[in-house]
Amino acid sequence: MAHDVQTPAKSHIEYEYARRRSANEMRGQVTTFAIMIFLTLIAFTAVYAGFSINFVVPIILLLAAIQVVLQLYYFMHMSHKGHEAASLFLYSGALIAGITILTFITIVWI
Amino acid sequence: MDLNTKYTPQSWPDHPESSTLEGKNKFLGFWLFLGGETVLFASLFATYLALKNRGPEGMQFSTQELFELPLVFIMTMLLLTSSLTSVYAMYHMKNYNFKAMQAWLLVTVLLGAAFLGFEIYEFNHYVHLGFTYGQSSFSSAFFTLVGTHGLHVLIGLGWITLLMIRNSKRGLNLYNAPKFYVASLYWHFIDVVWVFIFTVVYLMGVIG
Repeated sequence: MAHDVQTPAKSHIEYEYARRRSANEMRGQVTTFAIMIFLTLIAFTAVYAGFSINFVVPIILLLAAIQVVLQLYYFMHMSHKGHEAASLFLYSGALIAGITILTFITIVWI
Repeated sequence: MDLNTKYTPQSWPDHPESSTLEGKNKFLGFWLFLGGETVLFASLFATYLALKNRGPEGMQFSTQELFELPLVFIMTMLLLTSSLTSVYAMYHMKNYNFKAMQAWLLVTVLLGAAFLGFEIYEFNHYVHLGFTYGQSSFSSAFFTLVGTHGLHVLIGLGWITLLMIRNSKRGLNLYNAPKFYVASLYWHFIDVVWVFIFTVVYLMGVIG
């Protein structure tokens, strides 16, 4: 079971400060969301515009990677302190993911 | 810890999700699980990429003929918005505002359900065209990849709904705060996977 936690009540000033800090962070999250919507729009537009495949594919993959980083570091708070183990787990998974996909698209054929 | 301990916005800790040992363990275990989920989806993506557009001689189905981008765009917007609404829910959780958190979680669930509705419509449409699960190696790989993601959405919806119902009368405390936090991490991860699905499966499928 969870252990006891002592949380001394915040003073009025500490409370106001915490509220403001978290409101600021929320504003940042909304900005992140706007950027993600924008990246999605660019990706769909790039495909509709009908440029050559060799140009569009790297661009939309890059946009997806940026969007995922924003999601992980801001929406999932990986930019906060105390995410060392979380990063280790996720990047280990991502490493195996990369190797698996690379293998399947290069040495598997039917 | 006494589960009935009542908090006020002033006494509520800054990081309610990791204020207890149980919360810290949930957090750590859940990120390990997400690492495993990454590998699961990687294997499904790899299989899809290897089998894309492969099937019996003269197969009439290809990514270019099947996929409809407007539908995928709507689904993407629904899931992306639901990701933001769950951020709002966690914002209110940290401010010890239980009602607002529940309200934003409800919006999240509704957006997720709408996404799932579109996905069911899409799959149903393909099956009517004759593009069934067993039609080709391409169709099996496609339905397994996108279907596994859809199953995750369904599980996420059930999970968040159960948390909301079970804690509706209890309010927020340090026992359930980590549960809400971890469920919201799961929901964001579902959106992370969808970003790769709409890019690799649908957008790259339409260009060829």
